[in-house]
Amino acid sequence: MSIDPAVPMADPKPVLDHEEAQRLRAERLSRTGRWALPILVFVLVIAGWHWLVTAKEIPHYILPGPGLVASTLWQDFGILAGSWLVTLTVTGLALLLAVVFGGGLAILFTQSKWIEMSFFPYAVVLQVTPIVAIAPLIFIYVDSKIAGLLICAWIVAFFPILSNTTLGLNSADHNLRDLFSVYGASRWQRLRYLQLPAALPYFLGGLRIAGGLSLIGAVVAEFVAGSGGIGSGLAFRILESSYRLNMPRMFAALTLIVVTGVAIYLVLSWVTWMLLRKWHESALKRDA
Amino acid sequence: MRTATHTVPSATADGTSRTLLAMQNVDKIFGTDVVALRNMTLDVQEGDFLSLLGPSGCGKSTALRLIAGLSQPTRGAIRWGLPMADGDLSVVFQEPTLMPWATVIDNVLLPFRIAGSLTDEARDRARDMLARVGLAAFEDAYPRELSGGMKMRVSIARALVTRPKLMLMDEPFAALDEITRFKLNDDLLQLKDSMDCTVVFVTHSVFESVFLSNRIVIMAARPGRVIRELAVDAPYPRTEEFRTSTKYAAQCRAASDALHEAMGGDVGVH
Repeated sequence: MSIDPAVPMADPKPVLDHEEAQRLRAERLSRTGRWALPILVFVLVIAGWHWLVTAKEIPHYILPGPGLVASTLWQDFGILAGSWLVTLTVTGLALLLAVVFGGGLAILFTQSKWIEMSFFPYAVVLQVTPIVAIAPLIFIYVDSKIAGLLICAWIVAFFPILSNTTLGLNSADHNLRDLFSVYGASRWQRLRYLQLPAALPYFLGGLRIAGGLSLIGAVVAEFVAGSGGIGSGLAFRILESSYRLNMPRMFAALTLIVVTGVAIYLVLSWVTWMLLRKWHESALKRDA
Repeated sequence: MRTATHTVPSATADGTSRTLLAMQNVDKIFGTDVVALRNMTLDVQEGDFLSLLGPSGCGKSTALRLIAGLSQPTRGAIRWGLPMADGDLSVVFQEPTLMPWATVIDNVLLPFRIAGSLTDEARDRARDMLARVGLAAFEDAYPRELSGGMKMRVSIARALVTRPKLMLMDEPFAALDEITRFKLNDDLLQLKDSMDCTVVFVTHSVFESVFLSNRIVIMAARPGRVIRELAVDAPYPRTEEFRTSTKYAAQCRAASDALHEAMGGDVGVH
């Protein structure tokens, strides 16, 4: 058999072979499944919950049905909204403080090994001490309840940002560091143009963890803080409802907390994607 | 960082070639007993394409770091024949070493950014440099969108954008496939010629060093030292024809033999 090099092979007609067709189908299925399956699970759980409550005739002060929780959320929204706002404020401010102080400390640590050696162990100590154990002390020494809540939520949230950002700042490519030295870069330029961009993915990873933790911190601290009145968050509403055996409102408050947590996660994931989509491996679509 | 002491005779009478830098009896010892370089003496003339050729662990990369000022000699000195400012010396590493978060043009502009001279003229020069390495259409691309060879071209563009007097290259093409490497070798020679800079090139490929250099310094390991220097007797420009010529083959043979002989004949060509 010989091949005449003068005659180029004809371009084959576009064909989708069996394997490729299968792969495309699987891809389409998994794209749909990514959002459809969680929704299906949600519907099934709600339906199961409803069935359980009606079929077993469980009284609503033990377990309210999903319909009752929804209508309570609607009717009591006036009461719950104020508390929600308090929880949101404490969570948001705590996260902001965690970013400022966690990120700031991380930058300070990379600027001076001595400072890092001196203070990093105490950051760890603060992290590993359960917040419920320190919170009562904080509420004794701090007069303002909001300030106390903030401190608690911040203590829980700042560590992932601190440790991740520190790791990120130290993970800049060694050859790039050398290159900066060759061009005579100042410490500030090295930080601004090399270390901070290199640390961004790590920082954002820490931020996503810290977002959830600041909500947890805010809620847990309020359970410890207890006393109600003006300036009470959702956790206080849950406590209050449990004293009054108002289960539907308890579930309604709980729903709001869950929604808040999920929303924080989604927003921070979106921010991460927006900042990294152009260059970072984690934001890339991988080819098959 | 770099001491610009003019102890080396500058500008010869006829102006043919001047000594750019001289390493004088340089030792580099890591810790107390790891001798990375022993008694290395080397002079680089302006316009040289000088290759440091040797097996792994012969100290050729260490020598390059010493010249770059990234590390200081334990003993001996490195003298410069010309005053060297930031931007007069550049380095190309084995990896492209690009900032993944910056576009191609921003990567090329890095030396200007650090020098605080990010002017329109600098941008024009960066664009011109990208055109010279054949990447004019990619200035807004991110490094991850480029192939290995293209990334290395960006790295070279960044190294040359300041019009350095000396470019140090540490096995820049070792990770590339042979076809890409040949193309980059050709282009590098052209660039060096048009940019009028001096190159010190670290490699462990006999063929690459012969194709590129006018001088080859052969080094051996344990301890790292210079054992031989040879001149490549072939005029520039060197093209694809040179690569297939008997002259090239003969020069490779000579370099191989020199390497083999200098290493006591007990180690093959790397």
